Amino acid sequence: MKIVLNTPIKDGDIETLKIGDVIYLSGTVGTARDDGHRRVVAGGILPEFDLRGGAVMHVGPIVKGDKDSGYEIIAAGPTTSRRMDLYEKEFIEKTGVKLIIGKGGMGKKTAEACKQYKALHCVYPGGCAVSAAAAVERVIGVEWEDLGMPEAFWILRVKDFGPLIVSIDTEGNNLFEQNKAIFEERKQKAVEEVCKHVGFSHE
Amino acid sequence: MIDIKLADEIYKLIYEASVALPDDVYDALAGMSAREDKPLARELYGCIFDNVKKAALLDRPICQDTGSLQFFLKAGSKCPLLGDAEDSIKHAVIAATRGIPLRPNAVDSFAERNTGNNVGEGAPFIEWEIIPGRDDLEVTVYMAGGGCSLVGRSKVLMPLEGYEGIVKFVFDAVVEWGVNACPPLIVGVGIGACAPTAAMLSKKAVLRPVGSKNANRRAREMEEHMKRGLNSVGIGPLGMSGKESVQCVNIEYAAHHPATLAVGVSVGCWATRRKTVVIKADGGRL
Repeated sequence: MKIVLNTPIKDGDIETLKIGDVIYLSGTVGTARDDGHRRVVAGGILPEFDLRGGAVMHVGPIVKGDKDSGYEIIAAGPTTSRRMDLYEKEFIEKTGVKLIIGKGGMGKKTAEACKQYKALHCVYPGGCAVSAAAAVERVIGVEWEDLGMPEAFWILRVKDFGPLIVSIDTEGNNLFEQNKAIFEERKQKAVEEVCKHVGFSHE
Repeated sequence: MIDIKLADEIYKLIYEASVALPDDVYDALAGMSAREDKPLARELYGCIFDNVKKAALLDRPICQDTGSLQFFLKAGSKCPLLGDAEDSIKHAVIAATRGIPLRPNAVDSFAERNTGNNVGEGAPFIEWEIIPGRDDLEVTVYMAGGGCSLVGRSKVLMPLEGYEGIVKFVFDAVVEWGVNACPPLIVGVGIGACAPTAAMLSKKAVLRPVGSKNANRRAREMEEHMKRGLNSVGIGPLGMSGKESVQCVNIEYAAHHPATLAVGVSVGCWATRRKTVVIKADGGRL
């Protein structure tokens, strides 16, 4: 059965979800990358748009148009979430956001915040930017345009946005950390094996 | 000075590179997708191909991160376009940013302000190679995305660390950061005398087509062993675990100093966007 979350998201909507689950989102999403996180956490400035119960996506979209003619999202795939690890806990705390969407995993501090404040980190398939843009029904607004197109706070209405793969759940379980341990173990073996074949010396 | 004919060709080149995958990359992904047996990984390959199809249909860049624009030029020493090439490239980049459109990705260092048009100090990046006797100009554009650029690094090893040290350095970088860099990856490895040489060669290795064979037997074998080794880690599409990890490992090398063995690594994501065109002396496409 297809699981679709609607904003505003309540704790009860996401508490039963586990890492590896695939979900979809309908409702509003705010966008924030490095500078947006810095502005909220280090600058202490919140966007006017209320993110409580909402979703934030780590993305710097390509946007066509302007205030007068209206905006169109051309491409909007996720950016590397790990860059936001430094600030995500405080970002969740200050904004009350429930769903964080990005690519790749996030670290321990973010996982702790997801547990404490009941939030999820989900992965949207990286690079699938045109598909992501196709799920955007319209641009509701934009704040912080002074940061430039990629870093501005875009407010988007999306429908059936996904697949979103839960990578950190509300208990703080972390899919990427689990995978990392497995990859690390396999890597050791692989390096040992490859090294048997590359002992090149004077030919 | 801007050569309008040349600038038009560069615009076309940037456009073609941004909206479609190179054939070698497409074929490599299709092969990996067919071999994949994990349900989630299969679904993710489905997302990738669906996105590629939508990009072609809607005439849009495959990925929102249209990268830092990098140009690798092989110019004939008799090419009459030498003096106009850089201005023409800049002109084309500004026009392409507005027209295609591309995401403005040039942030002026220290001022920390996005220039808005992908042109800034040292941007776009342009690397020249002069080919004696020829009169044409080969232009390769590479769109260096942020996620895959984060993996890049280089280090000067001591020769006694050997090629084993190179393997370890590359595997550490790819497994630690490659997971976030939109795999399946193209892994470029550079070997040389110092850090910048090795780093640049690793970028040139990414430019080499997937499936191309290294002319050096030992290097070719090392590429194969490293590819097999990285695939056995099973990073999978988008780092969500799967049967394989990389499209290929390409090695480019230069002679190194007796006291140094430098290694560089650069990676391209599944959506590696690069394209080459040969421009004739009159500014038209070959």
